[in-house]
Amino acid sequence: MAKKSMRTAINEAIRLEMRRDPTVILMGEDVAGGQGGSADVTDAFGGVLGVTKGLYTEFGPSRVIDTPIIESAIMGTAAGAAVSGLRPIAELMFSDFIGVCYDQIFNQAAKFRYMFGGKAQTPMVMRSMTGAGLRAAAQHSQSLHALFTMVPGLKVVVPSGAYDAKGLLIEAIRDNDPVIFLEHKAMYDLEEEVPDEAYTIPFGEANVLREGKDVTIVALARMVRFSMEAAANLSKLGIEVTVIDPRTTSPLDTDTILESVAETGRLVVVDEANPRCSFATDVAALVADQGFKYLKAPIKLVTAPHAPVPFAPNLEDAYIPNAAKIEAAVLSIVAAGGRNAA
Amino acid sequence: MQLDRDTLAESYRTMATIRAFEERVGADSLSGLIPGFVHLYAGEEASATGICLELGEKDWIGSNHRGHGHCIAKGSSVEGMMLEIYAREGGLCGGKGGSMHIADLSVGMLGANGIVGGGAPLAVGAALSAKTLKTGGVCVGFIGDGASNQGTTAEAMTMAVVLKVPVIFVIENNGYGEFTAVSYHSGGIDLAARAASFGMEAHKVDGTDFFAVNELAREVIAKTRATNMPAVIEVAVNRWHGHFTGDPQAYRSAEELATVRLSDPLVIFKKRVIEAGLLPQELFDKIDGEVADRIDSAARAAIAAPPPDISTVTTDVYVSY
Repeated sequence: MAKKSMRTAINEAIRLEMRRDPTVILMGEDVAGGQGGSADVTDAFGGVLGVTKGLYTEFGPSRVIDTPIIESAIMGTAAGAAVSGLRPIAELMFSDFIGVCYDQIFNQAAKFRYMFGGKAQTPMVMRSMTGAGLRAAAQHSQSLHALFTMVPGLKVVVPSGAYDAKGLLIEAIRDNDPVIFLEHKAMYDLEEEVPDEAYTIPFGEANVLREGKDVTIVALARMVRFSMEAAANLSKLGIEVTVIDPRTTSPLDTDTILESVAETGRLVVVDEANPRCSFATDVAALVADQGFKYLKAPIKLVTAPHAPVPFAPNLEDAYIPNAAKIEAAVLSIVAAGGRNAA
Repeated sequence: MQLDRDTLAESYRTMATIRAFEERVGADSLSGLIPGFVHLYAGEEASATGICLELGEKDWIGSNHRGHGHCIAKGSSVEGMMLEIYAREGGLCGGKGGSMHIADLSVGMLGANGIVGGGAPLAVGAALSAKTLKTGGVCVGFIGDGASNQGTTAEAMTMAVVLKVPVIFVIENNGYGEFTAVSYHSGGIDLAARAASFGMEAHKVDGTDFFAVNELAREVIAKTRATNMPAVIEVAVNRWHGHFTGDPQAYRSAEELATVRLSDPLVIFKKRVIEAGLLPQELFDKIDGEVADRIDSAARAAIAAPPPDISTVTTDVYVSY
């Protein structure tokens, strides 16, 4: 099996689904790139980070649609097209831009099915970049998955690598509900073995990357990588952790998390987002509510601070959770023993 | 083009149905029989009716904050609408939408919208579907003068021109965005001219005159259907009621309130058709009677119907989850 970057895996997912289903279209700012410029080129960029490169050449302007910088119209056009027969993939370049177009997602697309008494389906995917690490600062680096997860009617996918990204994106395109698909921009170049053919990964099924008896770590996207790094280091100290990647925050695989905490009695949630009303607090609340009897120690949250993402490299590096912080959190609850310690 | 007698009679019936529906819903909203917010379309009937007469099954409409008339003109059942608006089982949206979010995709009605300006981009989407799937359909996006100021409308118009999709934006200018007059809220500018500046043909029409609306709609919709070029129609209409039922309309002068209903699109229609000898007064009387009976039975049936089953509070959130 060939090693492919997450960028290539996502491109393949879109390409395969567009070949399979003529109602799938792709739209967004510069998804082809280079329209109307002075150079004789129509497929110049494939998005600012090249993820959709080559799709315009294969599928043409009626299915790979470059739009102006009008995010409300991109999302609203996709939502209107989705309820009337197409399966649009609408790209919001950076998820931070949701502020200018959120109405079309959370008041329109997310609500149609319920407001219309179950008579509508809105099979659209909003793809968007998430996460820090590119020195892009406060308006191009946020992790806003909680903002979508809190809205009934939306499904939210946060892949942690190339293999998952391909299978989850194909699942998202085939899904009949609006799906928010968040691609961590610092992971586009990371390679994994990815099959050439189409495959799907169901929503709401967590991936257990590593099993250990001492502590459960729940992490998303890039934080899964850092958690695995921490797990390897902790193993050298004789501490064995389970690492769970829920892959989708809505629906959330609560069973896998609770079953693991039942075995380990200890939980660390790692989230690149800000700490208040977040995925981390959501998982902590779940376990406090439904798994309190299993807990041997306090739940620990490793998150970004309650501050915007900074620009300066040393500040951003200090801001993003990393393996050392995860290891420290694990050690704090293992070393402390806890209320039910033997 | 002269409309045939059946079409004239049916157009009048549609307008009379909208009027009677709105007057009944307005009264039952004020008396507390209808929960929530209700925004009435009375006075604007010739706009929805004259435009939707030019649309067929493959065509879509997007609606706005004042959507009952659009729903009826596009062919929704008034019985299902009444059940919905009175919050009853069997309502068009299962009692989950209500007046402000009433929708009927089965007749190509994309939904009223609780968000002023929220519907314009959706209309572009339905037009994109029509163009991509080559259905031959168009989409009419009804927006109000208030929504015409929203960024979503500017973006939707930009997108429509860039993508060349068959959408007709109909700006129903009833003089007020909520309580604020268009002379203030749009800075006194010409709404059709502003829309034209996006690169579309824009037209204006007197919305109390069904025939003027319909003739213009026929020409504009046919052209958009043939060319995929978006267009704009600004329809000057009168809002007979307040922004919502119960609005005391303190912002309107006594003189305006006394005269706003003088240009009644139903009266104007009737007079024209009778004077031309196309339909007799008796037929109008008959239609008025039938419409009154139908609305009364629909309202009574709605009032008598049970509320939605409590178990449905969490259904229909997702297709699958």
